[in-house]
Amino acid sequence: MKSTQTHKVGQVHPISLYLKAWLLLFILSACSYMVDYMQVQGYLRWALILFFMVMKAGLILAVFMHLNWERFAVKLLLFIPPIAILIFITLMNIEASYVFINRYL
Amino acid sequence: MNNNHNSNEKKGWQSAVSDWSNDRTVFDMPWPKFMMWVFLLSDTFIFGIFLTAYMSVRMSTVDAWPNSSDVFALTIAGEHVPLVLIAIMTFILITSSGTMALAVNFAYQGDKRKAGYLIFITALFGIAFVGMQAFEWSKLIFEEGVRPWSNPLGAAQFGATFFMITGFHGLHVSAGVIYLLVVAKRVHAGDYDKKGYHMVEIAGLYWHFVDLVWVFIFAFFYLW
Repeated sequence: MKSTQTHKVGQVHPISLYLKAWLLLFILSACSYMVDYMQVQGYLRWALILFFMVMKAGLILAVFMHLNWERFAVKLLLFIPPIAILIFITLMNIEASYVFINRYL
Repeated sequence: MNNNHNSNEKKGWQSAVSDWSNDRTVFDMPWPKFMMWVFLLSDTFIFGIFLTAYMSVRMSTVDAWPNSSDVFALTIAGEHVPLVLIAIMTFILITSSGTMALAVNFAYQGDKRKAGYLIFITALFGIAFVGMQAFEWSKLIFEEGVRPWSNPLGAAQFGATFFMITGFHGLHVSAGVIYLLVVAKRVHAGDYDKKGYHMVEIAGLYWHFVDLVWVFIFAFFYLW
């Protein structure tokens, strides 16, 4: 895996790598569908859904979008700003619970 | 092109510091590709905020949220199969991502014919996805009576967030189909022989991103 040659020759990897990623995405999607089909509920459902989601997203980003072979500066550019979204989600989570309690009372 | 990022002498944070502090372009990639990454980052924010809005309304509503597993179920051969339409849509989108990845690979290998056809097939999968979404929407609108402002199945917010999020994603897929068809035509015509085949990789980045967003929508909207 020649990470430094991206600019010169583009991303050339063996086809088998893509086929493996593809197969894995199929399996992971089938697994997350099975979570619903088997009617897994509660925290286990949450844990499984999030686990399969993160695995799939990671696979798409790393292999299909070639992030695995990009320089660290690019990864930082893409992963640091979304932390703002996570903070926002946390804030809205607190806000939503507050609104719910007020409506419920 | 001048490749002044010297091999693997620095890794991790040190490499980032040296990339930023040297007297040259920071990001070692063609400009159009970098611009696509910036665009996708901005799109991440839009989808992130849509999904956050959905989380807030779903958490704060006192009405029952419709069971998405049942709402998106189909009766196939007399049997009630939950969420089957969404599962098929998911597999179609993943398959299209696979064909696109292969197209990028063949483009870089210089196999224009295969690359062009694979991009075209990717676009066809995209059309299939949008078609199924149209079916899903019309079922929800005409049979269930769901509207952006009301919902006979439960919480009214369901309609608002559903049409907003899946609509915006469907818009991305539709735009992507047009984009891919243009790229496929240009690959066939040999327009990228001078420009370089990273243009195909850039189209691929967009398409994989659409697939990536669907992973989150699938998890948070349909499975939750």
